[in-house]
Amino acid sequence: MSLANVATVYRKELTEALRDRRTLVTTFLVPLLMIPLMSSGFIGVMSVVLGKAKREKPRVMILGGEDSPGVVSGLKGFPKISVLPATPDWKERIVAKKIRAAVEIPPGFQANLGQQRAGTVKIYFYRGELKSLFAAGNIEAYLKEYRDDVVTERLAANRLPADLLKPFDVKQQNVAPPEKEAGAVLGGIIAYLVIFMCLNGGMHPAIDLTAGEKERGTMETILSSPVSRTHLVLGKFLLVLTASLITSALLVGSMGVSFTVLERTHSMDAMSDDGEPAPQLTVGPLAVASVFIMAFPLAVLFSAALITISVFAKSYKEAQSYIVPLMFLVVVPSVAAMLPGVELTPKLAIVPLLNVSLLCKELVTGEYHWNYIVLIFASTCVYAAGALYLAVKMFQRESVLFRS
Amino acid sequence: MPSASTGTASAVLFSPGTPRDGKARRSQEKDAPVIEALNLSKTFQDKKRGAVKAVDDVSFVCRPGQIYGLLGANGAGKTTTLRMLATILKPTAGTARLCGHDIVEHPERVRATCGFLSTHTALYPRLTAEEMVAYFGRLNGMDARTLKSRIDELFGRLDMNGFRDRRCDKLSTGMKQKTSIARTLVHDPPVMIFDEPTLGLDIMTARTIIDFIRECRDRGKTVIFSTHVMREVEKLCDVVGIIQNGKLLAEGTIEQLRQRHGNNDLEEVFVKIVSPHYRESA
Repeated sequence: MSLANVATVYRKELTEALRDRRTLVTTFLVPLLMIPLMSSGFIGVMSVVLGKAKREKPRVMILGGEDSPGVVSGLKGFPKISVLPATPDWKERIVAKKIRAAVEIPPGFQANLGQQRAGTVKIYFYRGELKSLFAAGNIEAYLKEYRDDVVTERLAANRLPADLLKPFDVKQQNVAPPEKEAGAVLGGIIAYLVIFMCLNGGMHPAIDLTAGEKERGTMETILSSPVSRTHLVLGKFLLVLTASLITSALLVGSMGVSFTVLERTHSMDAMSDDGEPAPQLTVGPLAVASVFIMAFPLAVLFSAALITISVFAKSYKEAQSYIVPLMFLVVVPSVAAMLPGVELTPKLAIVPLLNVSLLCKELVTGEYHWNYIVLIFASTCVYAAGALYLAVKMFQRESVLFRS
Repeated sequence: MPSASTGTASAVLFSPGTPRDGKARRSQEKDAPVIEALNLSKTFQDKKRGAVKAVDDVSFVCRPGQIYGLLGANGAGKTTTLRMLATILKPTAGTARLCGHDIVEHPERVRATCGFLSTHTALYPRLTAEEMVAYFGRLNGMDARTLKSRIDELFGRLDMNGFRDRRCDKLSTGMKQKTSIARTLVHDPPVMIFDEPTLGLDIMTARTIIDFIRECRDRGKTVIFSTHVMREVEKLCDVVGIIQNGKLLAEGTIEQLRQRHGNNDLEEVFVKIVSPHYRESA
């Protein structure tokens, strides 16, 4: 009747968990469906919205330009915009999304063009509004083309080569391998999701096995058996840990499948600029395994913390209300780690949760700073051991087990 | 569908080695107490009331094959006393011994020697009746073969085979009680502790429990049970302890209590003992 009892308790809890619809949903269904639904939903909606915005022929107004028929007729004939007659309320119309943008041609534009002082053409748009942004872009594209034509004509008139004003081209070229590129894009998100799922996966089983037992009246039954309370809590803890790890593993698995499908179906293409390749979404198995190794002590910490908190509650609902602040404690540093520019430093390496999040972000990009890895893994193990000790102690307290 | 009928559990609820003649055994070992409560006390901290003494210096002895009834009103300290004996709660002072094992020093050994049943000891809803009993058998260190034959034996005798594989949340109250009985008996403990076992049960289910308690005594087990139902006390108890406000006010056989207080009605005797006037004079 020693550690065998831990295994007996674990096996029984596993049997019950696999028969509990709520556990099955939170542990298996949510991680399996969340990412495919989120990615297909979000990316699908974004693709539709962006595609529609790009396809729309935006309505614009030309302000002024009566003395510059060349540019005005050019704009009117530009197939990517539709020119409406100017009205005095053009500004309100942009804000009300009746028209997408307006272009102001300064007085004497065409005449001044020949004298090299044509002035500034202003484009008015609604910042933050996607279709307005595209309209402004289209107008600017036409004006740049017009300017280039003027320059080319002048060079030709002076019998100068066309590339006189453009002696060289500038082009950006990505040299990062696809995995690194994906790591930079997805590192923070993967770390966040793995950490959050470690917590989320263990939440329901932890409550069910502690406050749930109190509520159902089985706590006294099990306490009357010869199993020691330490073995009892360890058996329960192992089940919560299992659920936590399975949930995050399934999430990463489904994320891998979803992203592969997105890449193969070119669903992301609409989200990149014309002619630019879509961002890579393939993350190597080594990177994912590294994240899991780092997340393991964190899962231990969460499982023990969840048991400690929920055993204190008298009912399932009460336990849920206690766990909400813990969710915030976990989400805030994980989200902070996703922010661009937040990098792992010696000071941040000792901040619990944030350190693991930042390290995971690095691991996904294939960077292995062993001093940080050892420091963060060891410190998280210490926190996890402390939380487990606390959970065992809570299970010894009558005032907690028989709280009324 | 099997019913929760009475008198089903009589023959082989106990191991073959257990003497069938409880009276003979009682006479042989009457001086060797199986349960000894020694100045048992329990104080709870209450936010509003401060320190509350739920059990106050209670001492008593249960001899082998006896049924000891702890009689008291609601909140008298019965449940706390029994929970301490079952090592579910720790005493704040004093101790107790079950089969020679100290409840403070060796709580796991104590729990292995007793079966505890109360209205608070529910069944795991998502386990089947058989899984429930087997779980407790394993926790009591029974090997697979012994456990299997013990379960077969118990389920046969308690007429439980009809719902053996049914989940506990699908069982009727009577079936649940039988499963609970099988759960407490699976490891064949020498001591049985019952905390108001018939509370809230219908007559037929309550009778199953009463018969079962009597059966335990007849098989040589030592039984302690709490109740506030006089009829159950009169039917079952060899010795009665009357508890009020955590103190054991009176103890003896039913006959002794009746004679001592000059009244044949046990209820009257009880009321007299727990009345403030009696306690002051005592």
